[in-house]
Amino acid sequence: MSEVTHGLPDGAAEIELGDGLIDELADEAELLDADSSVLKPHAPTELDPSRPAILEADGLRMYFPVKSSGILRRTVAHVQAVDGVSFQVPAGGSLGLVGESGCGKSTTGRLITRLEKPTSGAIRFEGEDLAKLSKREMKPVRREVQMIFQDPYSSLNPRHTVGTIVGTPLQVHDVVPKKQVLSRVQELLEVVGLNPEHYNRYPNEFSGGQRQRIGIARALALQPKLLVADEPVSALDVSIQAQVINLLQDIQREFDVAFLFIAHDLAVVRHFCPEIAVMYLGKIVEIGDRESIYSAPRHPYTQALLSAVPDVRQASTGGRRERIRLEGDVPSPIDPPSGCRFRTRCPIAQEICAKHEPPLLQIGRRHKVACHFPGRLGQAPTEPLTARLLGVDAHGNPDAGASPSAEILEQRPGYADTWFDLDNKTFARA
Amino acid sequence: MSIPTTSTGVSSSNDGDQQEPFLVVDGLTVRFPTHDGLVQAVTDLSYSVRRGETLGIVGESGSGKSVSSMAVLGLHNPRQTRLNGSITVGGVEVVGASQHTLRSIRGNDVAMIFQDPLTALHPFYSIGSQIAEAYRVHHDVSKKQARERAIEMLARVGIPQPSRRVDDYPHQFSGGMRQRAMIAMALVNDPKLLIADEPTTALDVTVQAQILDLLQDLQREYNSAIVMITHDLGVIAEIADEVLVMYGGRAVEKGSTSEVLTHPEMPYTWGLLSSVPDVTADTTTRLLPIPGTPPSLLSPPPGCAFEPRCIHATAVPGDLCATTLPLLAPGRSAHHLKRCHLPDPDAIYEQFVIPEVAPEAGETR
Amino acid sequence: MLGYIVRRLVSAALVVVLTSMFLFLLFFKGPSDPARPLCDLNGKCTPEKLAILTEDLGLNDSVVHQYGIWAKGLVSDREIKFGATFTCEAPCLGISYRTRGEVRKELVEKLPATLSIAVGGATIYLVTGVLLGTIAARKRGTNMDRGLVAVSVFISAIPYYVVALLLWIFFSLQWKWFEDTSYHPLTEDPLAWAWALVLPWFAIGLTSSTAYARYSRGQMIEALGEDFVRTATAKGVSERAVVIRHALRAAIVPIITIFGLDFAFLLSGTVFTEQIFQIDGIGRWAIQSLRSPVDFPVVAATVLFAAIIVVVANLIVDILYSVIDPRVRLS
Repeated sequence: MSEVTHGLPDGAAEIELGDGLIDELADEAELLDADSSVLKPHAPTELDPSRPAILEADGLRMYFPVKSSGILRRTVAHVQAVDGVSFQVPAGGSLGLVGESGCGKSTTGRLITRLEKPTSGAIRFEGEDLAKLSKREMKPVRREVQMIFQDPYSSLNPRHTVGTIVGTPLQVHDVVPKKQVLSRVQELLEVVGLNPEHYNRYPNEFSGGQRQRIGIARALALQPKLLVADEPVSALDVSIQAQVINLLQDIQREFDVAFLFIAHDLAVVRHFCPEIAVMYLGKIVEIGDRESIYSAPRHPYTQALLSAVPDVRQASTGGRRERIRLEGDVPSPIDPPSGCRFRTRCPIAQEICAKHEPPLLQIGRRHKVACHFPGRLGQAPTEPLTARLLGVDAHGNPDAGASPSAEILEQRPGYADTWFDLDNKTFARA
Repeated sequence: MSIPTTSTGVSSSNDGDQQEPFLVVDGLTVRFPTHDGLVQAVTDLSYSVRRGETLGIVGESGSGKSVSSMAVLGLHNPRQTRLNGSITVGGVEVVGASQHTLRSIRGNDVAMIFQDPLTALHPFYSIGSQIAEAYRVHHDVSKKQARERAIEMLARVGIPQPSRRVDDYPHQFSGGMRQRAMIAMALVNDPKLLIADEPTTALDVTVQAQILDLLQDLQREYNSAIVMITHDLGVIAEIADEVLVMYGGRAVEKGSTSEVLTHPEMPYTWGLLSSVPDVTADTTTRLLPIPGTPPSLLSPPPGCAFEPRCIHATAVPGDLCATTLPLLAPGRSAHHLKRCHLPDPDAIYEQFVIPEVAPEAGETR
Repeated sequence: MLGYIVRRLVSAALVVVLTSMFLFLLFFKGPSDPARPLCDLNGKCTPEKLAILTEDLGLNDSVVHQYGIWAKGLVSDREIKFGATFTCEAPCLGISYRTRGEVRKELVEKLPATLSIAVGGATIYLVTGVLLGTIAARKRGTNMDRGLVAVSVFISAIPYYVVALLLWIFFSLQWKWFEDTSYHPLTEDPLAWAWALVLPWFAIGLTSSTAYARYSRGQMIEALGEDFVRTATAKGVSERAVVIRHALRAAIVPIITIFGLDFAFLLSGTVFTEQIFQIDGIGRWAIQSLRSPVDFPVVAATVLFAAIIVVVANLIVDILYSVIDPRVRLS
C-alpha cells in the first residue's frame, strides 16, 4: 500500500548516474505516464554551500529603449527591465527568482540564456563571461545552458514529431552519431516519464503536462549543467504541476543540473529552491536561503508578498487572516521612483527612502536585504539602519560625522563572511 | 438595501436558511456533439446558492466547472449544445428559455466576471463605454447618464481618478485595474448573483488579494450571491462558504468550506490538497501528485471517473470503483456529500493523507 | 500620430521616385533601341530620320540627364521636340509618341472611368462579401453556411474574364439590357454613367465578393469566439449588436488590410474590364502604350500612377487601423 501511495511500482528501475543511461526499462507504459517512476524518490532539495557557483550574475542590467513617436524616432527613455541584479547559482543547486509581473524575473532568465544581450554586467558561467560572447561563440555554451518555457502549447512546433523535437539539439550539436539519435531520444522520453514508443507522435496528441515533459526532454538532450526554467508549471493543472515539479527534482538529483527557477508561485519556489531572490521593479530586494526568506523575511515587500498568498488552512480557522494590503500598482519601469523603488507602496517608507537607494545589505550568513528599515513584520526599526553606512543622517541628508562604508556597500554576488547583525546592530562574523 | 451578513466562515450558512436559494441548479447535464462523439461536459449537477453566500466550485480544466456556470447565463450556442435538467435564477427557469428571457437575466440579475480581463474586454472600446453599454442594455437612460454611472462604478471599485480613466482603453489599464473595471461592469446593474470564473488566476498575488477583498466588500454591500470558480483551494478557503469539487463533469464532493477543506472525504480532494505545496509546508518531503491525467469526456469510465487515478481504490472491495458509479451521498454529516465507495474515508485520510498535507493539523484534531 | 503619417508619406514618396528611376533605366538601357520602331512607324526609316529621333528622344544623353529633365517637368513647363516642338505645361508627364497629346491631359481624361469602375466594384464586393461572410459565420455549420461556402467556391473557380465576357455577351450583346458600356461622365448624366457601369461593377463585384465572403467568414468565426464577444453576450446585449458592434468591429481590421492591397491592385489593373467592356480607361490606355512602338511617356505615367495608388492605399489602410484600433493610435 505504501509504495503505491508514493507512486512507485515495485522494482522501479534506476538510472545510472552521470551518463543518463537507463539500466532497465519499466514495462508498464501506464506507470511511466503516471509519474517519473523510473527515478528514485529524491532527497530533499537542500543547500550545499560547499559547492562552487556555476553561474554568477554580476550587476546585470537590461535597458530596452523607448522610441519617440516623432518624425525622427529618437530614443527618449529606457525601460529599466533589469537594473543591477547580482546572484549566484551553485553547481547542482537551484535559485528561485520570484516577483510579480513586470519585476524583471523573466528578462533575467532571457539574459542568462542569452536570448537577450545585457546592456551591462557580467554573466559568469563556469568562469566564462557569457555577456560578451558573440552568437557564434555562444553556440558551444548553449549546450550547457538550456531553457524550459512556460507554455507547453506554443513552445513546441506542432508540425514536428516528438522525436524530431527532442532529437534536433542532438543533431545540431552533433553529440551522438546519427544512428543513435533515436535510441537516445527514447531514453530521454523515458527519463521524463513518457512512453518511448511515442517518439513519432505530434505534440497535439499529448496533454499539457505531457507536453511540458517533452519540453523538459528537449532541454535535457544535451545534458546541460544549468536549466533556466521560466514558470515551468504555471500553465498546468494543479494535479499535473506536482508531477512536473517532482520530475524536475528527480532530474536535478540524477543529473546534477543547476536550476534558475523563475516563478510567481511562492509556494512552488519554496518547495523547489533552497535559495530565493525576490525581485521588484528590476531589482533584487531580498535574497537568501529558504529559511531566511520564508520564515524571517526582512523586506516589507517580501512580507507583503508572503501574506497575500491564499492559504488552504484558513478553512479550519475560519474567516480571513490579517495581511498587509499593498495599495495601487507597480510603478512604470520607464520612470521608476527615486531612491527605493518600493517606497511608493511601502507601508513603512520614510524620507530617506526617496533620497537614497538602499544597498543590498548582508544581514545573515546567507541573507541580504535592500531596505533602510529592515525588520521583523511589525517591528521595523524607527531609525534607518543604513544611514551611517551611506554617510547620511536619518532623513537622508549628508552627515559629515558619518563615514560611508565602502566594503559593505559594494554589491557583489554571493555572500561575505561578515555581515551586519540586525538585532545587535553590529557586524557579525561566521 | 443591503442586509449585512458575514460572508465568511460557518456562520453565514445559518443566515441563509431564512431565505430561498437565488440560484438552483438541478440535475444539469451539458453535452456537446462533436465529430469525435458526444462530449459529456457536465453530468447530473445540482447545487444552490443563497444571496449573501459564496459557493466555490473547484476543479481542473475539463472538470465542467466553467461549462456549468456558463449554462446559468445560457451562453452556450444552442445549436451545438444539448442541455438537460433545470436552472432557476430567482425562480425563473433558464434551461430552454427564450433569448428574450435570457437577455433580461444576463448582466441584470446575474453578471459574470471572466478570467483574463485583457481578452474579456473589447480592445477597441473605452472602459467607460463598455460599462455604459452594460447599463443601457437594462436601463432606459441617456448616454450621459450611463457615463455618470460608469464613473460612479469605477470609483466604487477603487479606480483612482475615475472621471479621467473612464475614457481610457483596456490596454491602458494594468491587469489588476482591468479586473476592477470588469467587476465594475458586472456590478453596474446591481446583480443578485455574480459568477466569477477564475477572476484572479491571471493576476499577481498581491493584486489577487486586493480583488478578493473587493469582492467580499461588495458582497457585503449588495448582499449578492457569488459563485466563485477556481482551481485554487487557497482562494476557496479565503472566500467561499460552501465548496463544490468537480471532476470529470460531476460533483464529487460538496459541503461547507471549513468541513470539506479540513475533513475531505474524497480521494480527488485529498490529491488536490497534497499535490500543492504551501508556503509553510515541509520542504523535505516529496509532493504527492495525482498520477495520470483527467479522463476523456468522450468516453468516461463506466465506474467512478477518478478510479483510474485513485491510489486508494484498492481499499474498496472487488472492482466496485471500476464498474459502478458511486452516488453523491452524505458522509460524516448530512450536509457533506461525497461521491466515493471508500467505506471509511476518515481512517484512510488520517493514516495516509494528513501526515502529508498538514502534520500539525493531525495532532490538533 | 502626425509624425507617423509624415514618416509614412516620406517613405511613400521614396517608393514612387525609385519606381520612376527604375523605369527610366529600363527604357534607356534596355536591350532594344527604342528609337527604331518609332522610326519605322511613318514610312520608311532612313538613317537621318533615326538620328533625329535618337536625338529627340534624348538617347544620346545620359539616363540621369533624361531623368532630370523629366523630373523637372513635373514642377515647371517643358519644351519637347518630337518632330515638331511641343509646349508641355507643368506638371508635365511628356508627350505621347503616338497621339502627340500631353500625357497628363490624357491621364486626367481617362482617370474618372477607371476610378468609377474600381470604386464601384470594390464597394460591391466589400459590402456583399462582408455581409455574406457575417451571415455564414453566424449560421456556422447550418445548411445555409455550407451553401454559401459552396457557391462561393464554385464562382471563384471561374476565371474573372470568363465571367466578364459571359456578362457582356448575354446582357450587352444578346439581350441588349446594357448595350452601351462605354463611359459617360458622372457629372453630365449620372443615370447613363451608372447604367453603363452596371456590368463591369457586377463582374468585379461578383467574382471578388466570393473571396471576401470566405475571408470575412473566417475572421468573423474567430471574432465570435473571442472572450470579449462572450462578455458582451453575458451583459445582455442583443445578438445583432453583439455581432455588429463587437465581433464585426474586431473582424474588420484584417479585412481592411486585404481590401487596401486589393484595391490598389484593382485600380492599377482594370485592364480586363476595360478591354472587355470597351471602356476608355487607364488600363486599356496602358495596354495600348506597351504595343510596339512603346509609348514611353504613357508607360511611365501609368506605372507611376499605379505606384502612387499602391502607396496611398497602404497609407489609408494604416490610418484606418489607427482609427479603428486605439492600441495603434495611442502607442
